Amino acid sequence: MAIARRRALLLGAAALSVALTATACGSSDSKDSGGAQPASAADLQAALDTGGSITVWAWEPTLQKVVTDFQAKYPKVTVKLVNAGTNKDEYTALQNAVKAGKGVPDLAQIEYYALPQFTLAKSVADLTAFGADQLNSSFTPGPWGSVHAGAKGVYGLPMDSGPMALFYNKEVFDKYKIAVPTTWDEYLAAAKKLHAADPKAYLASDTGDAGFATSMIWQAGGKPYTVDGTQVGVNFDEAGTKKFTAAWQQLVSGKLLSPVTAWSDAWYQGLGDGSIASLVTGAWMPGPLESGVKGGTGKWRVAPMPQWQSGAKVTAENGGSSLALTEASANKKLAYAFLQYATVDAGAQSRVDAGAFPATTKQLNSPAFLDKQDPYFGNQKINQVLAQSATQVAPGWSYLPFQVYANSVFNDTVGKAYVSGTTLDSGLKAWQEASLKYAKDQGFTVK
Amino acid sequence: MVAAVPEAGARPAARPSAPERRSWTGWQFVGPFMAVFALVFLAPIGYSIYLSLFRTRLIGGTSFVGADNYTEAFGDAQFWSSFGRVAAFLAVQVPIMLFLALLLALAIDSGRLYGSSFFRIAVFLPYAVPAVVATLMWGFMYGTRFGLVGNLNDAFGITLPDPLSPDLVLASIGNIVTWQFVGYNMLILYSALRTVNPALYEAAEIDGAGQLRIIRAIKLPALRGALIIATIFSIIGSFQLFNEPSILKNLAPNAITSDFTPNLYAFSLSFAGQQFNYAATIAIVMGVITMIIAYAVQLRGMRKEL
Amino acid sequence: MATTTPRLRHTPRPARRPGTRSGPLTLRATRSTSRHKRRSATLTALTAIMLIYTLLPLAWLAINATKTQQGLFNSFGLWLDGDFALFGNIADTFTYNDGIFTRWLLNTLLYVVVGAGGATLLATLAGYGLAKFDFVGKRAVFATVIGAVAVPGTALAVPTFLMFSELGLTDTPWAIIIPSLISPFGLYLMWTFATDAVPKEILESARVDGAGEFRAFFSISMPMLAPGMVTVLLFNVVATWNNYFLPLIMLKDPDWYPLTLGLNSWNAQAATVGGDVVFNLVITGSLLTIVPLIAAFLLLQRYWQSGLAAGSVKG
Repeated sequence: MAIARRRALLLGAAALSVALTATACGSSDSKDSGGAQPASAADLQAALDTGGSITVWAWEPTLQKVVTDFQAKYPKVTVKLVNAGTNKDEYTALQNAVKAGKGVPDLAQIEYYALPQFTLAKSVADLTAFGADQLNSSFTPGPWGSVHAGAKGVYGLPMDSGPMALFYNKEVFDKYKIAVPTTWDEYLAAAKKLHAADPKAYLASDTGDAGFATSMIWQAGGKPYTVDGTQVGVNFDEAGTKKFTAAWQQLVSGKLLSPVTAWSDAWYQGLGDGSIASLVTGAWMPGPLESGVKGGTGKWRVAPMPQWQSGAKVTAENGGSSLALTEASANKKLAYAFLQYATVDAGAQSRVDAGAFPATTKQLNSPAFLDKQDPYFGNQKINQVLAQSATQVAPGWSYLPFQVYANSVFNDTVGKAYVSGTTLDSGLKAWQEASLKYAKDQGFTVK
Repeated sequence: MVAAVPEAGARPAARPSAPERRSWTGWQFVGPFMAVFALVFLAPIGYSIYLSLFRTRLIGGTSFVGADNYTEAFGDAQFWSSFGRVAAFLAVQVPIMLFLALLLALAIDSGRLYGSSFFRIAVFLPYAVPAVVATLMWGFMYGTRFGLVGNLNDAFGITLPDPLSPDLVLASIGNIVTWQFVGYNMLILYSALRTVNPALYEAAEIDGAGQLRIIRAIKLPALRGALIIATIFSIIGSFQLFNEPSILKNLAPNAITSDFTPNLYAFSLSFAGQQFNYAATIAIVMGVITMIIAYAVQLRGMRKEL
Repeated sequence: MATTTPRLRHTPRPARRPGTRSGPLTLRATRSTSRHKRRSATLTALTAIMLIYTLLPLAWLAINATKTQQGLFNSFGLWLDGDFALFGNIADTFTYNDGIFTRWLLNTLLYVVVGAGGATLLATLAGYGLAKFDFVGKRAVFATVIGAVAVPGTALAVPTFLMFSELGLTDTPWAIIIPSLISPFGLYLMWTFATDAVPKEILESARVDGAGEFRAFFSISMPMLAPGMVTVLLFNVVATWNNYFLPLIMLKDPDWYPLTLGLNSWNAQAATVGGDVVFNLVITGSLLTIVPLIAAFLLLQRYWQSGLAAGSVKG
C-alpha cells in the first residue's frame, strides 16, 4: 500500500517537473530496506558508542531533561528534540512528512488512541525486533495493551498513562454537604443536589469529548470497536455503551453539565472558582490543575473513579502517549536506545520527578512515589489512589485504526445531543454510521 | 477572463496610458511575479487537479478513478449544505461590511471629523490582530459564563441568547469577520476617494451642490471600481471562510461542525481524514464556482458603469 | 476600473496621492489643506460608535495584559485587577523558555522584511508591466491570478507541502518567504495605480534619451509609484505578520516559528499534560505583537503624508 501511494506521488511529481521526480525516486527505495532487523543489547550499546544524531518529535515538556541527561551520559549522541505541534497538529505534520518521504523524525510522541492509525499505515516500526516484547512486566496493563495498537507487535513504548479517577473540589463538596460519590448513581444524585443548591455550580463539565466518551464506555465494559487487521466493526448498540448513555443523558437533559469547553480559559476559571466542582479524568490531571488553577490550592482532592456497580473496582484509561520509532528512521538502533532510556530506564524516573504520571510499574510502586504528599491536594497521598486505578483498568479495549478521523467528527454527530434535542444514543448511532462510511471509503472490510 | 478588471472602466477619453509597444518587454516586469506565482499557486493547483482524478485508500492504495470524485462532490449533501451556509453568509455579511466601510470612508474623507487620522488607524487595527488573539478576545466577549454576555446578563438580570449556540454562531462569525475587515475595506475605499480631483469638489460647491449631492454625483461614481474589486475579494473571502470558524470551534465544538464551511470541510477531509484526493476535488469545484460568481459581479459592475 | 468622472488634464505630471487610481492633477494643493470644512460633532459622535465596536476587544487585550495568570480568572474582563502586572508580564514574555519570544520576533521581522518587501517589489514590477506594456498573454495574467486565488488554499496545503518538501524547502525560512512573495491584491492595486501615476510622455522621453526600460523604471517611474507601493507594503506587512496557516504546515522547528505560531503553541500548552498554563503571557505577547504593527502603520502613514506634501510642493 505504501508503495502504491508512493507511486502516485511519483506520478504527481512527474506531472510537475522532472527535477521533482528525480528527488522523489531517491527517497523511494529507502523504505523497503529499512525494516527493523533484530538487535541485541550489545548492538544498542555499539550504536550508542558509535554515536550519531536522532530527531525526536514530542510536545511533552518533561522530555527536555531526559535529552539533556542522555546526551551527558552518551556524549557522542545528539538528540534533537522538536515540538512539532500538540497532538493533532503533530500527527498532521507526521503524516505529511511520511507522505513526502522527507523530514520524518526518528521518534515521535503519539497518543494511544492515534497509534493504531500509524501502525496500520506502517509509519511506525514494530519494536519486537529490539526485544520490546520482553518489557511487558515493566509497564502497567493499560498502556501496555495500548502500544500493541490492535496488532501483534509492539509499536511504541508507553511514556505516561492516564488511569482515571475522580478529582473534586472538597471545599464545594463540604459547603453543600455532598458525599464523595462512589457509584455513578451517587454521582448523578450529587450533580442534581449541587446544581439545585447553587444554580451557578455544576458537578461536571462536558460539551462532548470523544476521548471522555470512549473512556466512559471502556469503563462500563463496552467494546464498541472490533478490529481485526483490515476488518473493523463499530457498534454502539451494546450494553456497556447503554450504561454510559443512560446515566450521562440524565446530566445532559437536566442541564447539569457546565457548558464550558474543556481547556479554555473559562474552564480553568470555573475549576478555580468552584463552579465546576469535579472532573473524572486521567491521572495526569494534577499537573494542569497545579499550573492552571492556582486558586484551587488546598481545595482539590482525588477519589477513585465512580463505579457502575457498588463495590466494583474497574477503571479505564484516558489519554496518555507512547513514543514510537518511525519506519523511516535511518538510525533505528540508536533511536531505540534513546527510546528505551526515556521510557524504561533513567528517563522514566526523571519524567516522573517532573510531574508525568508513570506507565512503568517500577515508578508506580516505589514508596517515594506513593507516599508523596501534595500540598495542592491538602497533603493527600494522591498517587496511592491513582496508582491503584492503574491496576484496575478494564482489559480488552481497542481503538479504531482511524480513530483520529473518527474523533474529529464526534462533535458533528454526538455533539448535537449537547446543543439540541437529540439524544446521546442517536448521536452515537450517527457517529457509528460516519465511522463506518469512512471505513468503507478507505477500503476496510466492515463487519 | 477577469483580466478586464482594471481596464473595465477605461475612461471614454483617449487612454492616456495605453500600452506602449506590443513586445516581450512587459514580461521582464511581469515575469518575476508570475514565476513565483506559478510555483506557489499554479503548480499546487495543477497537482491538485491531478490528485482529484485518483483515490487513495488506507487499504488498497491508490487507483485512478477519473471523474468519480467530481460526481461524488456534486451529490455530496455535506458539501452543498456547507456551500449554502457560506452563500447565506455572503448575502448578508458582505453588504453590511461594505456598507459600513463605505460610510466610514465617506465620513473620514469628508473632512468633518475631529481626529480623522485617529479614526483611520483605529478602525484598521483589528485587521492587525492575529487569529489566536482574536479567539481569546471574542471568546471572552461571547462568553455566557465569565464573558461580557454573562456580565450583561448578571448586571441587568436578563438572559441574552448564547452567541455560540447553533442558531446564532454564523451571525457571531459574521460579526468577527466584519470587525476584522471593515477597516481594511474602508482603507481601500478611502484611498480611492483620495484620488478624486479636488477641483471637482470646488466646482460643485460653486454650483451650490450640497454634501449629499457631492457624494452621489462625484464620490460614489469614483468609488465604483474600488467597490467592485472589494466585492470580488470579499466574495472570495466568504467562500473561503475558514479561520474564524476553525478557531471558534474550540469554544463551540458542537455548533461549528467539521463541515461548517466548504473550506473547513476540505480541511478536515484532508487533515483528519487523509482524503487528499477528495479534498482537492472540493477545492477545485469551489474555485470554479467562486470564479464564475466573481466574473458575474464584475460584468454587472461594468454594465452599470456603461 | 477608472471613474467616469471627467477629469481636468492639462499637464501630465506624477500624482503623489495614495490610492488605487491616482489621476494627474492640475490643482496640487491637497484637500486636507485646501478645504476648510466645519468639523461636525454629530458626525464624529456617530463614527465614534463604530470606534467602540472596533476598539472594545482591543481594550480587553490591553487591560488583560496587565493581569497575572491568577488575576485573569479573578477579575472582571474589562476592568483592571488589583495588582498591575504589565511590566512583570512583559519581562516574563521575553524571558520565558530561554527568551524564545525574541527569536520569534526576529523571525517574524525576517519574514516581513523579505516577504512583504519582496511581495511589494514583485507586485510593483508586475503591475507596472501590465500598465505600461502590451505583450503576448497580458490579458491572461490577471485572469489566471484571480482564478488561482479563488481556489481555497487550505485544501492546497498538502500538495504544496509535498512539493516544497521535494524541493527541500520545508522547515526553512524559504517555505514562509516564497509564498509570501505573492500578493494578488497588491498586483491589482499597483496595476491601477501605475496606469495613471506614470505619464507616458515621461517614459517616452526617457526612451528617446536611450535609457533602458529597467533604468527608466528605477530612476523615473518608481519614485512616482512610491505612494501606491506604501499602501501595498502596508497590506503585505500585516498579511505576513499574521501569517498562521502556512507556517503551521511548513515549519516543525520552533526556532523558525513566527510570532503567531509561537503564541499559539503557548496557548496550546494549556491543554497539554505537564505544560504550563500561561494565558497571561499569550495575552501580553499578543499585545506586544500588535504594537510593532501600529508603529509600522504610523510610520507608513507619515510617509504617505510626506509623499502627498512633496507632490504639492513640486506642483
